[in-house]
Amino acid sequence: MKYVDEYRDPELARGLAAEIRSLVTPGEVVRVMEICGGHTHAIYRHGLEELLPPEVELVHGPGCPVCVIPMGRVDDAIAIAETEGVTLATFGDMLRVPGGRGSLLEANARGADVRMVYSPLDALELARQEPERHVCFFAIGFETTAPATAVTLLRARAARVPNFSVFCNHVLIEPPLRAILETPGLRVDAFVGPGHVSSVIGTDAYRFIPEEYGRPIVVSAFEPVDLLQSIAMLLRQRVDGRCEVENQYTRVVRREGNARALAAIAETMEAREDFEWRGLGPLPRSALRIRDELAAVDAERLFALPGARIEDPKACRCGEVLTGQLKPWECGVFGTACTPERPLGTCMVSSEGACAAFFSYGRLRLPREARVGA
Amino acid sequence: MPEPRRRRPVLRDERITLAHGAGGKATRDLVEALFAEELDNEALAPLGDSAVVPSVAGRLAVTTDSYVVRPLEFPGGDIGELAVYGTVNDLAVAGARPLWLSAGFVLEEGLPVARLRGLVASMADAARRAGVAVAAGDTKVVERGKADGLYVTTSGVGALEHDLALGPEQVRPGDRVLLSGTLADHGMAVMIARGDLRLEGDVVSDTAPVHELTAALLRLGDAVRWMRDPTRGGLATALAELASQSGLAVRVREAALLVRPAVRAACEILGIDPLYVANEGKLVAVVDAGAAADALALLRADPLGADAAEIGTVESEPPGLVLLDTTLGGSRIVDVLVGDPLPRIC
Repeated sequence: MKYVDEYRDPELARGLAAEIRSLVTPGEVVRVMEICGGHTHAIYRHGLEELLPPEVELVHGPGCPVCVIPMGRVDDAIAIAETEGVTLATFGDMLRVPGGRGSLLEANARGADVRMVYSPLDALELARQEPERHVCFFAIGFETTAPATAVTLLRARAARVPNFSVFCNHVLIEPPLRAILETPGLRVDAFVGPGHVSSVIGTDAYRFIPEEYGRPIVVSAFEPVDLLQSIAMLLRQRVDGRCEVENQYTRVVRREGNARALAAIAETMEAREDFEWRGLGPLPRSALRIRDELAAVDAERLFALPGARIEDPKACRCGEVLTGQLKPWECGVFGTACTPERPLGTCMVSSEGACAAFFSYGRLRLPREARVGA
Repeated sequence: MPEPRRRRPVLRDERITLAHGAGGKATRDLVEALFAEELDNEALAPLGDSAVVPSVAGRLAVTTDSYVVRPLEFPGGDIGELAVYGTVNDLAVAGARPLWLSAGFVLEEGLPVARLRGLVASMADAARRAGVAVAAGDTKVVERGKADGLYVTTSGVGALEHDLALGPEQVRPGDRVLLSGTLADHGMAVMIARGDLRLEGDVVSDTAPVHELTAALLRLGDAVRWMRDPTRGGLATALAELASQSGLAVRVREAALLVRPAVRAACEILGIDPLYVANEGKLVAVVDAGAAADALALLRADPLGADAAEIGTVESEPPGLVLLDTTLGGSRIVDVLVGDPLPRIC
């Protein structure tokens, strides 16, 4: 298949793996964090770690948008879904995320009307098709998905759709990265930067990482050959004594990002004072809310939400996994009390979550005595 | 030659009403003028409370399956055909020759009679192709809005005409895994046909009976260890169950798996792994290594198995797991499906 096969070429992959081996110093481990859940998934799906020398250790970062939504916000979404006459529409990944009162899928089984959509525009269309119901879109995601929500908000306003709203949970990529970079005893030497987010915000948005924190970053596409090339570029920077932002995903990502997408976000949303991140706690100005001008479609103003802060289960160490402090299998409940079937923490919910990806695809690589479910 | 009927029943209604499920004249007209006429066979013809069929020597296989696919018609098939082949395939992979089916229909009030007739006719065609007779049936009607047009449950009986034991406990390290063709056609065809994705593509369901493929493999005798039709949960789930039930490892080569370009493109766009998508006309089998070449030749001799390939090997380590050697040179675990990315596909 064109535009896919080129980036999964075994020959190219072997060449890049050899280049990576030539760029490491034997015995000197370089810890590379891939920020994006899509990268984590691709690494496991293609078994990329087996192509890397032991000196390159991959750390899976916080970029799974489903994984960072706190349980209290899931409960708020359930409260909306349980309101008489209301349909809650959201992405499939969000349906199984446990809140304090179970998941949206369980709420649906109890009688709430929860539907899966592939785009916020589909939710708006649903509102048009079912004018007797109110359709609320549970919006999640980084700057990647925010433009689609922004466009939907603008279209809903322009078309005066009266029975549509958005429960906005969009988050920003920079605050959690700063939180990770400021973690005492940081175990990350270099970053593979997210591809889709960067297509919106551009590569310049990451300059603070080399400039303020002295870590290199390469923005990467999602195919295995892309990821290997990005890792090689990071190692090349170290060998050359450089520390900067580089762009491997040149076929999509621009230095300055996508001005129209950014403008749509700015027109419809603004930064919140602070937002609670699952595993990371509250981070100032780390998420977006709907602007006052669009109050009529803002579910947070239309519905009485519980807005409770719910502690993560004590045994769950998602926070440390998200910041790269802990490997998934080092968590006490990994694979026992917490499995993809019955997730305790959010890292186990989405296939992009570090724990779920590792559980589903990678647990064989554990030392035998540490293996679970095998 | 069937005897000519005394009185040719007529069904004048354009749509199914609650009266068709009430057990009175309307029900009789529906049964006689639609079901019996379309499904026309000797066992069904008396329309008694039970169909009476000849006895069969040896072991029998019995199975049942319900079909709730939405939409009722999709490229490459429809619910009628699916309800026959799905159950026929469950019998076939148990090593049985499918003989009789029974069919229970739950109809939604308002279903156009012509549409129902089309689906039942397609069921009859499928039964002929699979060499089975729909010997018994039942119809109920529920209020509008209580069903998506039509649900069908078919039960099947088949005869095991051999003494072979098939099952995960027969599988040995060194055995070979064979697959009869491409992956993920059915699941993606239905997904696209639903239209909620606004995705278009030349993707056609693989709905077909695999009984001739299984019959061909059975000629190899006890070199055949295990057979499955990888439906819901896809090939991944079928093999993961084999690994866990046998306590052995299954190692699959990604490069040996065939996925049609349009299906693969749809999977890529939706982020769905074709390994987990349902098939409705495929056979996955484990055979003794020494018989693998013969088994492949037998499968490929049938048009349905033209793309058959050896896709992997059974190994002793690591017990209970399926490993995929990726095209890229890495490897990963293939786990059972959690959750359901594609609901109501069969």
